[in-house]
Amino acid sequence: MTLNLLQKGKSATITTINAEKELKNRFNSFGVVKGATVHVEQYTLAKQTMEIRINKTRMALRVSEAEKVEIS
Amino acid sequence: MKTIKIALVGQPNVGKSHLINAFGDTRLKVGNFSGVTVEKKTIRFTRDEYNFEVTDLPGSYSLTDYTIEERVTKNFLDDGDYDLILNVLDSTNIERNLYLTMELLALDKKVVVALNMQDEAVNEGVFIDDKQLSKLLGISCVPTSALKKTGIDELMGAIVQAFDTPKKTCHLQYSDPYEEEITKITSFFTEKNYQSDIDLKTLAIKLLREDTQIYKKFRDEAIWTELQPMLNESYEHLYIHYKTKDLDGIYHDEKNALAKGAVKESVKFDNAKDNNGLTDKIDMVLTNQYVGLPIFLFLMWGLFQITFEWGSIPMDWIDAFFGAMIDGTKSFLGDTELASVIADGAIAGVGAVILFLPNIIILFTGIALLEATGYMARAAFLLDGFFHRFGLHGKSFVPLVSGFGCSVPAYMAARVLKNDRDRLLTLYITGFMSCGAKLPVYVLIIGAFAAPEHAGNILFGVYIFGAFLGLVAAKALKMTAFRGDDEPFVMEMPKYRLPTFGMVFHAVSQKAMMYLKKAGTFILAASVLIWFASNYPKYPEMEAQFETKIEQVSGDEEKVKALNNELSLYKLENSYLGQVGHASQPFFEPLGFDWRMAVALETGLAAKEVVVATMGILYGLGDEEDEESSSLADKLRANVTLPSAIAFIIFAMIYFPCLAASMVFRREAGGWKHWIYLFIFTTAAAWILAFIAFTIASVIFS
Repeated sequence: MTLNLLQKGKSATITTINAEKELKNRFNSFGVVKGATVHVEQYTLAKQTMEIRINKTRMALRVSEAEKVEIS
Repeated sequence: MKTIKIALVGQPNVGKSHLINAFGDTRLKVGNFSGVTVEKKTIRFTRDEYNFEVTDLPGSYSLTDYTIEERVTKNFLDDGDYDLILNVLDSTNIERNLYLTMELLALDKKVVVALNMQDEAVNEGVFIDDKQLSKLLGISCVPTSALKKTGIDELMGAIVQAFDTPKKTCHLQYSDPYEEEITKITSFFTEKNYQSDIDLKTLAIKLLREDTQIYKKFRDEAIWTELQPMLNESYEHLYIHYKTKDLDGIYHDEKNALAKGAVKESVKFDNAKDNNGLTDKIDMVLTNQYVGLPIFLFLMWGLFQITFEWGSIPMDWIDAFFGAMIDGTKSFLGDTELASVIADGAIAGVGAVILFLPNIIILFTGIALLEATGYMARAAFLLDGFFHRFGLHGKSFVPLVSGFGCSVPAYMAARVLKNDRDRLLTLYITGFMSCGAKLPVYVLIIGAFAAPEHAGNILFGVYIFGAFLGLVAAKALKMTAFRGDDEPFVMEMPKYRLPTFGMVFHAVSQKAMMYLKKAGTFILAASVLIWFASNYPKYPEMEAQFETKIEQVSGDEEKVKALNNELSLYKLENSYLGQVGHASQPFFEPLGFDWRMAVALETGLAAKEVVVATMGILYGLGDEEDEESSSLADKLRANVTLPSAIAFIIFAMIYFPCLAASMVFRREAGGWKHWIYLFIFTTAAAWILAFIAFTIASVIFS
């Protein structure tokens, strides 16, 4: 399953990141890495943007970017 | 006295500039890094017999070179002139902050770490054993709190000590497989007796990361023929061990593992105290799918109201003050050319610059509050979905909304966009949001042609139409000039924090000074130029003729006024500006504009407020006219057709911003090149759309 399909309030573990170098790098510096536990905080009404939390870092990302993160 | 040059590095929102303020009596210099529009702050101060020179580098999450800020930071750390790196960390989020520290340590420079926000971390149950962490990393880690001003002396001591002692070699111990490959490469270099000005381990890591700079350097060296097969072998080993071919990714995994390890061995967490809860609670309301957006719109509306309503009060004073100064100067120096150039040129120009200061101060106080509290990121989160459709970024709303008030602060507000391309695109379309000074133009034309009961709706429609065109233009630019992959929108949502007065004051005063200094000089020079173009050449014979005529009718105020106006009209029509207006008439002909409308638009390049006054002069009513004047509206109805009036509104809506705004645009966009592009873009868009409107309206209303 990909991260964009995770429901609000649920947590999961990141298994793979299929992003190009730039996005992967940015994910990396925020702690969006293999093995991290990700928690979904919020979706916007149009479901185009989502807020997630990993450890103490909250971040916003587009759903199109979350599609590139595999979780289990 | 020795000077210690410090590169100040940290991730965003770690209280870097706050820490600088805590250093005490400092001198701040704000400039730009060479060649880019990234703010460069240099701070100098003296303490304990040392001179300190701190370069505040833009906040970066890691040392990559995707955004312009990151590039600036990376380049400065690689090639800049500094003695040591001061790395500021947010202690409450220590692990993620250490990712950057690990990259800095791999640079082979002297590093001192400030574990900032120590007080907050303790409150949240994050206890860092700084002695242990220092030992693990092999550098001094000093707990500080910029807010409480604690740990500053200790930090200074650590910096001086690091400066006075020789650099230790890289202390970081990566995982065994990675270290193995590093050792292979370094021992090869040692065997070959290779002379390198950077540490061999650092060099080896760069090679293992396929760093392009290093490759360029080696490609021309003889050692490359032997090195290359060795590297290929090392890569193969890494590929097999890590089951991926992403070498940069492997390095990042290694680096993150180090950070994780360091946290495990030196930080204790008391989860009971974790007060993420507060941010969670606030976010439950502010980023709520249903009420988040309305709350945001209300806040924006409020900020906008305050900026332009409250701002108009001191603006009136400033206006009155400079008005009095102009009159005073003229009566003091008499009716001479010198008096005119000083009063109507220079003083009026300076006045026009200072006039925007209240707007800028209020708006930037608001923006500073939005940023310092952490709300800005939430707003961007809420709006990104909508703006992204037009190729814009969630944060673009700040400059765009401000654009309805005045383009000058709006262009400056575009700095909230950290990515270069997002910022440029936003800058280009900000002008489509009709600024306050265009209102009189709309009111005049609509008042002249529309029934009073429809005027309000039409006016509203004009504003909405402008904003809509702006979004369409953004989409069009994104598909042409700004074509390319979307920048990732992965943005930190910082914890909510109470802003401090110092922080807000700092941000606002800096913006205000920057505006006054940089924009001021250009605007002053250009105001004098425009004054010249509208006052020269002189026609002494005509003036003498009119004077005699005026004397003849002295007593009859009506006639004196009419004659005076005729003279102003003659002078303006035959000034350089008027000549340009006549010359440019063919350009405006297809839009149905006569030379008067052309000149009015051209004087509007100086300031949009002038358009109505110019039309007043040109349609023979004197320069006392305002948009509510019924006689000017009558004249317009008599002289201008409805289709060309519509075309005029559209042209005025889109064409080049006023002088003050365009100068600010030039600075924010990064050069004259963009100024010229903007001129071409807005003029072409205005002409084409006005032409379409004129053609359609001519068919409908004929």
